Amino acid sequence: MAKGTILIDEDRCKGCELCTTVCPFDLVHIANHFNAKGYRPSTLVDPEGKCTGCTLCARMCPDVAITVYREGG
Amino acid sequence: MEKKAGFAKPEALTDALTHYCPGCTHGIIHRLIAEVIDELGIREITIGIAPVGCAVLAYNYFNLDFAEAAHGRAPAMATGLKRVQPDKVVFTYQGDGDLAAIGTAEIVHAASRGENITTIFINNAIYGMTGGQMAPTTLPGQVTTSTPFGRDVKLAGHPLRVAELIATTSGAAYVVRRMVTKPATIASAKKAIKLAFQAQRAELGFSLVEILSSCPTNWGLSPLEALEWVEENMASYYPLGDYKVIDEVKSLK
Ligand SMILES: Cc1ncc(C[n+]2csc(CCOP(=O)(O)OP(=O)(O)O)c2C)c(N)n1
Ligand code: SF4
Ligand code: SF4
Ligand code: SF4
Repeated sequence: MAKGTILIDEDRCKGCELCTTVCPFDLVHIANHFNAKGYRPSTLVDPEGKCTGCTLCARMCPDVAITVYREGG
Repeated sequence: MEKKAGFAKPEALTDALTHYCPGCTHGIIHRLIAEVIDELGIREITIGIAPVGCAVLAYNYFNLDFAEAAHGRAPAMATGLKRVQPDKVVFTYQGDGDLAAIGTAEIVHAASRGENITTIFINNAIYGMTGGQMAPTTLPGQVTTSTPFGRDVKLAGHPLRVAELIATTSGAAYVVRRMVTKPATIASAKKAIKLAFQAQRAELGFSLVEILSSCPTNWGLSPLEALEWVEENMASYYPLGDYKVIDEVKSLK
């Protein structure tokens, strides 16, 4: 299985939750703190390294807050 | 362990943060247009026309040449820009208040004349920018600030189906309706936007992609609920589909 990860630019995020329902492994959640705009940003919770870099979460984001990285491209 | 970006901001978008409300799908549609422009390699030759409506500041978000039209007049401005610079790719980005109310004459005649331009039409069934008043596209029974008891079609008339209407014009080459509610529908909307731009590049005539979009703020719903509302209520009144695809466009696929 391909390995990947995502980087969420917290200060672009508006906490809309659109990215939180599409992850096949349910790895994207809303955090418990506030960002500079006063929104609760989304965050990757992936202790077991399950993210495949499938990009589904990023494709839902209206604010281009998510960058997806894949191992070896 | 080298990592390569699998998904990042397209070059055709600036770094600016948008003023759109959280979860508003204007942002997704902006990104799709930018991705298509990147993929077609036309960033340096594309001119966008911003509407009046929530997307009035779109020129700050696209890393492209942009003009701002008076309310509803984007197709007229696009006509002029394209006719004097036929080598450019010219598109309008218009909401339903802009395109289907004050700008109805402009869009119908631009399509009818077969202007070689592309319109991305954002149907969110409401006037977003001005505070959630009824739009021509507001659904029967839909509560808005100017229809507090729900749209009464006996009083306020029936919603306008723009893609179906524009598809009847002889000058239209490609007219479809899509939505952006989940990864699969988003991918389909992107393909349609790409084909519309390709049709323009092949000089095939007028192209319009209507996209059912959300307005969580004025619908009074959370962003996720708003996407459900698009699927459950809007897509039944405004069926997704290809309303006009001339043979030359089909052969572009
Ligand atoms: C000539 C003129 N008439 C009316 C207005 C007020 N006005 C501003 S935006 C708008 C409609 C916006 O709705 P829509 O096009 O659906 O875009 P949205 O904000 O929903 O994205 C109206 C009526 C205006 N700015 N100029
Ligand atoms: S890239 Fe795919 S697997 Fe990784 S967090 Fe996003 S949706 Fe989940
Ligand atoms: S979709 Fe984008 S803006 Fe919305 S919560 Fe996720 S990262 Fe934040
Ligand atoms: S008012 Fe509606 S259309 Fe305008 S930015 Fe907010 S959610 Fe989007």
